[in-house]
Amino acid sequence: MKKLALVVFTALLLGACGERPQSAGGANRDTPPYMGTGVAAFTVPGWKAGDKTSWELALRARTQFGQNEYSRGN
Amino acid sequence: MARMKFICDSQRCIECNGCVTACKNENEVPWGVNRRRVVTLNDGIPGEKSISVACMHCSDAPCMAVCPVQCFYRTDEGVVLHDKDVCIGCGYCSYACPFGAPQFPSQGTFGVRGKMDKCTFCAGGPEANGSEAEFEKYGRNRLAEGKLPICAEMCSTKALLAGDGDVLADILRTRVAQRGTGAEVWGWGTAYGTKAGGKEAGGKS
Repeated sequence: MKKLALVVFTALLLGACGERPQSAGGANRDTPPYMGTGVAAFTVPGWKAGDKTSWELALRARTQFGQNEYSRGN
Repeated sequence: MARMKFICDSQRCIECNGCVTACKNENEVPWGVNRRRVVTLNDGIPGEKSISVACMHCSDAPCMAVCPVQCFYRTDEGVVLHDKDVCIGCGYCSYACPFGAPQFPSQGTFGVRGKMDKCTFCAGGPEANGSEAEFEKYGRNRLAEGKLPICAEMCSTKALLAGDGDVLADILRTRVAQRGTGAEVWGWGTAYGTKAGGKEAGGKS
């Protein structure tokens, strides 16, 4: 009984670590950024327009390696 | 799914205002409008702290909640944007925003309040990505070019960081581990001091 109470308590406690759904906001009327601009001259190479995963990975790498000097091997 | 965020490391910000200048230049922001600005606490006193402030692209944005015409929307990346064609320039968002992000340019002969303008996380607006219409109203769409906001990308001390919140948290965690001291980001303790130890305002958060 004690164990069950502990499990329930732990589950409730961990539940508080969750996140509220962030669905607030008006209708999204924008074209997603991973669709690109169609202007090759200004677009960073290394990802394919229309491919969400490649865009996300490229941006993630840019965030990490462009801004975290500790991750650079000089 | 990436959730785009800004974070400013007050330990690194040197109040150069480069982010402000870069933003104005990149987005051709109208006169009288500063989408980003640098705020300094205890200016001129040793130990002063500065941070760069703009729209924080809140998860539960108050501007969005109070807008009577629902011109705001959130992209899948968590960027809060607005539609200037729908905005009526009432200014409610300006009162609701705790960061003073919404700005209003003066327009016409009598300088009436124009449509609201704010940081777009360099993600443009509802017009076609990279189009002239989008640039004229909202500025450059760098996200669609595979880039991050110009303010963060050109920050010389890398005090201002932009990108996926998870990655930013990792970067800051690494810094804190290297420094061996507190997080030094803007927080309650930085602004108002902490009760513990009776630290004065401007101390570590």
